[in-house]
Amino acid sequence: MASLEHAVAPPVSHHAATSTGLPSLKLAMWLFLASDCLLFGALISTYVLYRGASTTGPYPSDVFDIPYTSVSSFVLLASSLTMVLALAAIQRGDVGRSRVWLLATALLGMTFLGGQVYEFTSFVREGLTLKTNVFGTSFYVLTGFHGTHVAVGVLMLLTLFTLSFAGKITQDSAMTVELVGLYWHFVDIVWIVIFTVVYLIPTNPGPGG
Amino acid sequence: MVLGLVALALVAAACAPNATQSALEPKGPYAQKSFDLFVPVFWVAVAIFVIVEGLLVLFVFRYRHRRNQTPRIPAQVHGNTRLEIAWTILPTLILAGVAVPTIATIWDLAAKPTGDVLEVNVLGHQWWWEFDYPGQQILTANELHIPTGRPVYLTLCAVGFGYGTPVPSQGGPPAPNECQTGPPDGQPPAGIGAAVIHSFWVPELAGTQDVVPDLTNHLTIQADEPGVYTGQCKEFCGLSHAYMKFRVVAHTPEDFDRWVAEQKAPASPDVSGPAEAGKQIFLQTCIACHAVAGLETANGQPVLANGGPNLTHLMSRECFRGCTLEVNEENLRRWVADPRSIEAGSFMPDYGLSADEVDQVVAFLMTLE
Amino acid sequence: MATVSVPAERPGGLLRRPHATTGFWSWFTTVDHKKIGILYGITAFGFFLIGGSEALLIRVQLARPDQTFLEPAVYNELFTMHGITMVFLVVMPLSAAFFNYLLPLMIGARDVVFPRLNAFSYWAFLFAGLFIYSSWFLGGAPNGGWFGYAPNSVTDPTRGMTFYAIGLLIAGIASTVSAINLAVTILNLRAPGMTLFRMPVFVWMGLVVQLLLAFSLPVITIGLVELLFDRLFGTHFFDVAAGGSPVLWQHLFWLFGHPEVYILVLPAMGIVSEILPVFARKPLFGYQFVVFSGIAIGFIGFGVWAHHMFAVGLGPVANTAFAVSTMIIAIPTGVKIFNWLGTLWNGDLRFATPMLFSIGFIAMFVIGGLSGVTHAVVPSDYQQTDTYYIVAHFHYVLFGGAIFGLFAGIYYWWPKVFGRMLSETGGKLNFWLMLIGFNLTFGPMHVLGLQGMPRRIQSYPASLGLSFWNMVSSIGAFVIAISVLVFLVNAIASFRKPKGMEADPWDARTLEWATSSPPPDHNFEEIPVVHSLDDLWHRKYAETEGGRVVPVAAGGSGEDAAIDEHAGEHGAHGGGGHAIHMPSPSYFPLIAAAGFPVIGYGLIFGVPAVAVGLVISLAGFFGWALEPSAE
Repeated sequence: MASLEHAVAPPVSHHAATSTGLPSLKLAMWLFLASDCLLFGALISTYVLYRGASTTGPYPSDVFDIPYTSVSSFVLLASSLTMVLALAAIQRGDVGRSRVWLLATALLGMTFLGGQVYEFTSFVREGLTLKTNVFGTSFYVLTGFHGTHVAVGVLMLLTLFTLSFAGKITQDSAMTVELVGLYWHFVDIVWIVIFTVVYLIPTNPGPGG
Repeated sequence: MVLGLVALALVAAACAPNATQSALEPKGPYAQKSFDLFVPVFWVAVAIFVIVEGLLVLFVFRYRHRRNQTPRIPAQVHGNTRLEIAWTILPTLILAGVAVPTIATIWDLAAKPTGDVLEVNVLGHQWWWEFDYPGQQILTANELHIPTGRPVYLTLCAVGFGYGTPVPSQGGPPAPNECQTGPPDGQPPAGIGAAVIHSFWVPELAGTQDVVPDLTNHLTIQADEPGVYTGQCKEFCGLSHAYMKFRVVAHTPEDFDRWVAEQKAPASPDVSGPAEAGKQIFLQTCIACHAVAGLETANGQPVLANGGPNLTHLMSRECFRGCTLEVNEENLRRWVADPRSIEAGSFMPDYGLSADEVDQVVAFLMTLE
Repeated sequence: MATVSVPAERPGGLLRRPHATTGFWSWFTTVDHKKIGILYGITAFGFFLIGGSEALLIRVQLARPDQTFLEPAVYNELFTMHGITMVFLVVMPLSAAFFNYLLPLMIGARDVVFPRLNAFSYWAFLFAGLFIYSSWFLGGAPNGGWFGYAPNSVTDPTRGMTFYAIGLLIAGIASTVSAINLAVTILNLRAPGMTLFRMPVFVWMGLVVQLLLAFSLPVITIGLVELLFDRLFGTHFFDVAAGGSPVLWQHLFWLFGHPEVYILVLPAMGIVSEILPVFARKPLFGYQFVVFSGIAIGFIGFGVWAHHMFAVGLGPVANTAFAVSTMIIAIPTGVKIFNWLGTLWNGDLRFATPMLFSIGFIAMFVIGGLSGVTHAVVPSDYQQTDTYYIVAHFHYVLFGGAIFGLFAGIYYWWPKVFGRMLSETGGKLNFWLMLIGFNLTFGPMHVLGLQGMPRRIQSYPASLGLSFWNMVSSIGAFVIAISVLVFLVNAIASFRKPKGMEADPWDARTLEWATSSPPPDHNFEEIPVVHSLDDLWHRKYAETEGGRVVPVAAGGSGEDAAIDEHAGEHGAHGGGGHAIHMPSPSYFPLIAAAGFPVIGYGLIFGVPAVAVGLVISLAGFFGWALEPSAE
């Protein structure tokens, strides 16, 4: 007879049995990420709808530096790799290694964010702000939402990093790392879509395009 | 019960002499098409209502627990797959039957009419309607005059500050039959309020189409008989949405041609006395927004439309102010003296005219026949 | 059942963990799904009274032509707030009240899977509602319609639509988070033996609704963000001169807005699906078909949104596609109705108030559904759209449908929640007055719409011949008001009765009736083992070889959880003597939620408040993350 008890934080590895067999936190994270897909879907749709609709410049081809953004995309991609390594380490029980990879992931994320900040300030200097035209409007809000998601992820990673010193991250509590990892990979995948749709697919400059 | 009430009321409505904005009294072929689809679907709905509600009432009575009855637990029937299939397929067939004429009519109404078509641009402002006849070079407001028996193909444009419109014809170049986006180069903004979504609805002549700032929508209307058909804006558009009305005045073809000729003539107002003083005030203040063809400023410039209704033949209209006021001296005086007392949020400024000045302006306006 | 407050040692000693589960202050720190359900219910009902008053004012203004009782500015605020209130602050949270209270009980669980998150959702909802309503005193309430069409919602010079955008964003966060919580609860916390197809229909509808919420809310979130940014930061999302498109707003809004109407009505359909079998004394006819119809409605519901936009000018292809999809969604809806009829057929029908409201639901929803089908006839919709014919339609499905269903649920589960019955006489009076008043109010609106009365107009002239039915409608509104007063009196009077209700007063079929009324904090002494659909019924009744249904002898199966009338009197101990650890109360959900309206005020009045709000929320979230769920 199952007497359903709730997990106490830090999460215990021997969870009470769930009807689906999936741990509840993981199921919740998947559902949240599915919901978040629609959030980004709406933002990307807005951007795509307004492609070529700006009545004044600057236009994407005026400001985009594809090589630069490719490098920062690579940085974010690399952070997914370090995230995988962090999870693998903690699942082996290697807290020290895991801690290193968690920090690496956070640092790569912060590098990505720093790159975004630099990129956006250069766009602003070239005359593209939120208010300039629909390109600026839809671009900054889309990438801003994504950047906020990255920042929240970095916060979570640094929290895990800090908690690991207090002995709160253990092999038994590997699921916490896994959850943050799921979120992190999602943010990375969304960036791949944004990078492709916004940066790589060319837009004809000019109104009514 | 309710649908019976509704059916009764619909019959009553058909006989009601006052229902001048009724979708159930089509007065032209395009409204007729909507009506001809609605009526059979309505009766199908009534039939389904009678059957379903009838069964409900029947079961409620037949299977109610009666006090003298021994308590029973009825047979625990879990379902019947055949019934499920039947009551899935039958509604599907009924709906398919409804869908076919629906789709046919959608495409029919979307097609541009052919033949002897009158083209009019309908410009929706906050909160009044402007009518621009590119072929006839007429610009008027609040009343859309049309000939009977001819399709009238309307191009619907939303107008507002900073957002351009087809350049009005009277006193300017012919308007293109498309809504422009962005302010036309070198032209002043043609709208004072914001460009928002409106909806042009004269139910006796046609269903609606919305007037959307970044779309060029079209609507075809046609009146069979001469008469006045009322309409109003149907899409909430801000403070005075309820007061954004208009009339469609249908003339016999001969009368329509006469109207066109009268409207095309520039105003040559017979001004003297107070009207002359009023004209001077008009040229100093009102021409900021209002156009009067044939009137010239002190520099000899024509007075062009700039956000307000064209007033060239104001006295030939029966209504003004979003067609909520009859055109007469008393109403004109109230309006000129204090627009916001009549129209909430009106964009027509209050110039703080004295009572005498108001009288003079109204006297001038009344010469604009 | 009182518990003792035990001071807890905390690292850093910031806040002492609350422990009380009774008493006034316990309501602010509760994480018990039952208490949270009651909070949702009371709050939603409070907003119902306010939204209803707004409607009464509207009806007074429209009772006669050319009235100036309400000037346009105020009128526009009233109809906007009426819509926002009824949709977001009444029907959604009232449904949430039922979901919160009943879902764990119906699946045999002790609580939802994330109790503090549950509390957070309630507080965020409450603060969202208070935030929106504070706008009346802070520069004007939202006045652009509940649908907030751009560009009007962007260009309107008063503050109201900014309150609208921010308030609904906060409410959206509350609902999204709650949706994830309840969906995982249903999927993961079912009692042993409760497979998906042994779940009550109400639970199934709950699952569909949570998924609809999770997938539709993000879309309107973006729409609201875009609206907010246009209003606050000068962006150009809906700025036509810059190349923006007002139609984008409509797509984003209705991509949410259409699933939203199923979010509003499916819970009530679930409630009716539970009540009819109990008062007909036979199972729901076609259980699997009712479930599948609900799922189908959920899916198809994402494919019909542009039927709100037939007159916008999307073109004949789009209009054709959405006309067809809209007709298609009528089919599973019809299947549900026929199965309810099948449930009544050959039943032993008893017309207690829950049953009256359930039958009323069917009757009224059929009318609303049929008028809905007439809207799908696009060329006819060109006449109907934006008129009172549409107002009639959605009130028939949302009031005659959802509200009637929710009232059915109130009467049905009142004894379970509060341990007392509502008066039957009062209930019948409530029902009949409400039915008559409702039809008097909204029936004539079908006629008014077809006779030329548009929506959202502050007044109409006498010349249009609309006066008579408007007066009838306004009278009906006051009859509804009286019926609601009758309910209030009934509700308050019920608390004068002594608490002491049997576990299963209705001889029902689902697990919440297998524990005491009200249930103990831990819901069940022993988590039941489920053997079939309508498990409780099958514990009470068995079929003989002759096919007759007879009561099972009392004290039948041993270990399985029989009706535990006295569950509440035991201590927090399981049947085997081991203690049941329930999650502990917490301040942090409230604190985390409290930051959001502060951020909202900051966005309107000044950035410092944004920082303050962020700090409050972050403090709440961090405290929450670091405290154990139970101590």
